Amino acid sequence: MRELIDGNEAIVRGALDSGCDFFAGYPITPATSILLLMSQLLPTMGGVALQTEDEIAAMGVCIGAVLSGARAMTATSGPGISLYSENIGAALMCEVPLVIVDCQRMGPATGGATTVAQSDIQFLQWGTSGGYPQIILSPSTVAECYTLTGKAFALAEKLRMPVFIAADKEMVSTRVTIASDSLTGITSLSRETLPPEEPFQSFPAHQPGQPYPLAHFGGPQLVRVSTSSHDEEGYLTKDARAMERLNNHLWAKVNRIKSELEDVSWDPQNEAEVLIISYGITVQAVTAAVNAARKAGKQVASLVLRSIWPVPENALSTALLGVQRILVVELNHGQYRREVERLAAPGQQVVGINRVDGRLITPEQILEQV
Amino acid sequence: MLEFPNYLNENLLPLPFCPGCGHSIIVDRLNEALIQLQLDPHQVVIVTDIGCSGLADKFFTTNAFHGLHGRSVTYATGMKMANPDLHVIVLMGDGGCGIGGHHLINAARRNIGITVLVFNNFNYGMTGGQVSVSTPSGAITSTTRYGNLEQPLDICQTVAVNGAGFVARTIASDDGLADLIRTSITHDGFALLDIWELCTAHFAPQNQLNQSRLEETIADLGFTRGIIQRNNRPELSWAYRQTHAPNRHTPQSRIGGGLKAKFRAELHAPKRIIIAGSAGMRVGSAAQILASAALLSGLSASQRSEYPVTVRSGFSISELVISPGEVLFSGITKPDILIVLSQDGLTQTANWLQFLTEDDQVFIDDQLPIVETRAEVYQLSLRNIRRKSLRSLAAIASVLGNEEFISIEALKEAISLQIEKSGPFLKAAEQGLHLVV
Repeated sequence: MRELIDGNEAIVRGALDSGCDFFAGYPITPATSILLLMSQLLPTMGGVALQTEDEIAAMGVCIGAVLSGARAMTATSGPGISLYSENIGAALMCEVPLVIVDCQRMGPATGGATTVAQSDIQFLQWGTSGGYPQIILSPSTVAECYTLTGKAFALAEKLRMPVFIAADKEMVSTRVTIASDSLTGITSLSRETLPPEEPFQSFPAHQPGQPYPLAHFGGPQLVRVSTSSHDEEGYLTKDARAMERLNNHLWAKVNRIKSELEDVSWDPQNEAEVLIISYGITVQAVTAAVNAARKAGKQVASLVLRSIWPVPENALSTALLGVQRILVVELNHGQYRREVERLAAPGQQVVGINRVDGRLITPEQILEQV
Repeated sequence: MLEFPNYLNENLLPLPFCPGCGHSIIVDRLNEALIQLQLDPHQVVIVTDIGCSGLADKFFTTNAFHGLHGRSVTYATGMKMANPDLHVIVLMGDGGCGIGGHHLINAARRNIGITVLVFNNFNYGMTGGQVSVSTPSGAITSTTRYGNLEQPLDICQTVAVNGAGFVARTIASDDGLADLIRTSITHDGFALLDIWELCTAHFAPQNQLNQSRLEETIADLGFTRGIIQRNNRPELSWAYRQTHAPNRHTPQSRIGGGLKAKFRAELHAPKRIIIAGSAGMRVGSAAQILASAALLSGLSASQRSEYPVTVRSGFSISELVISPGEVLFSGITKPDILIVLSQDGLTQTANWLQFLTEDDQVFIDDQLPIVETRAEVYQLSLRNIRRKSLRSLAAIASVLGNEEFISIEALKEAISLQIEKSGPFLKAAEQGLHLVV
């Protein structure tokens, strides 16, 4: 059996298969259909979907819900991420597992509501105060919208933090043909919560980066959560050593498993002088271009990134070895190119293939550079 | 002997507030109310906002959440929606009512069953006594040194007029405060107490405010004191569950559903098709039907739509790629078939015409101007299809009638699967076979 579905529906199915039982969001093109589907489905499954007064409330409601035992997701686009900003920090600080979907559209500001872009790719990482590492996954097919949503929930639960899906207008709203069985395989893992006999603790005193199991309001422990700097018991503190322990913990959470988080597809070719790097929607055109180039007898390597942040530095460094030209294909002015440039060796030429007119980069546009 | 004789942590006392500050009184009265109610501390969450009142959660032996400025009501809403058994009590200042006023109004409107205690001392005490939304006109603050020119927000009326379940205004030193807090916690719906008090560090000395002047101020402003509203509107978190319980596990809770290939197709290379019309012509759904027909014929398809933000007016364009193998690139560089249904559609796609070749085809409403292109042009007498909403599908049938890369049977099967009352659409597909002029 095959289906005709778009990325937003695949994301919803990935979320539901992951055990998501709570959604709060605010309508915004091109993320709205996630809100619509969740509002249709969750109430009939014993969950809750709430359309909030704005995006600030959507994030706040999700954070409150997770701390009371829900498994939550929210979805928006660039202008909504702008409003999520302060609560992204809150979710990081309170170690709230949460999946945040950004269906990217053209910016800045209201930009182009129905126009594709990949221009939030740095914003998502640096979009809240404090400068702490985020996890951002970018699906390059509709099937990956499903699988990466499952992965995002698993990582969010494991690391007790928000995890982003960076999709885009074309990915989420273009219907494509996929095999039904590529929309299966996510198992909803039960949340690891604090055993009843264990005392509540906010974060580990001695193992930075290894989150303490979540305890819920209404559960066996009395739970204390704060968006302000806090100690292991959850009390607001100005104690320098306690604050340092917390901040090192939040920093280490992502950084200690950075290499495990790398998720890429590397398609090398012997003696290839050109490497094409892409993520998200541009992968389609890159795949078509690589096929065409190879058919024409050219040697081209391709690296597709599914984990955008943290930057998959091992995979990038490996793929960069030996090539002369690196093409970074993205629908912005070259935001991710800088991450490649800092890893490239002297003499390697890093070239951007970019488009900011709301149209997709075509295979032909890439072939011109190969 | 009470099971819970105290909800304040004696080891952490005394409270950190300035001498004479109303915050200490309110915290004590909240403790008294909780002692009277004997709520299980595990089922109570004290949610604090930013400001001096935000220091209070620390002292309670219940669950506690301290969050961002103004957003306390949103966190509390999420907690209650996820677990309606919880007693969620928000402590916020008048500052929080300013930055989070929007959330306050909407929580009242929703009648979410949380309790909001406003520690209202008419200024931002923690940051040095700046003007707030509740500062009376004429009052001196560190940002209104020559007197406040703005009118104070009537917090109670604001939430009351929007449907809050229980609303009262009181003064921190009032004898009945603990009882009032108890009533607001037990009210099954959104409850707000606007509790007026003295900021002894800033507002009171700046404005010669004392207990008796506090009472006069309420009267001077024409504000009501005491219980302002009490209603029995259904509480949201329970209403949500009651409303949706009967719908549990209805067929709606399943989405998706695959299509099996059962028709033959004659297609050896990808075909790129653009359908260009106007809002109301059901361009997108017709394109989706064609895409489904492709799947029913063992082909692959991708379909994307383009329209202005006003979906019911202006152009409506759908792009399809239909391919014998996987569609790698769903964007369109040049269509093989361009279907033009209206002037809006022509305006949007006119640029393509110059790129079309002799191998390409244009199907166009015969009421539209003659187009200049190297492609083969077929004029369609679409006016014969009276309903505009049927024209997209009829035009698709015309295309397939000309070159049957997907069979008309597959198209009809797709129509029957996708549209509940498919009769007129099936008829339009049949008529479409005879529209080429």
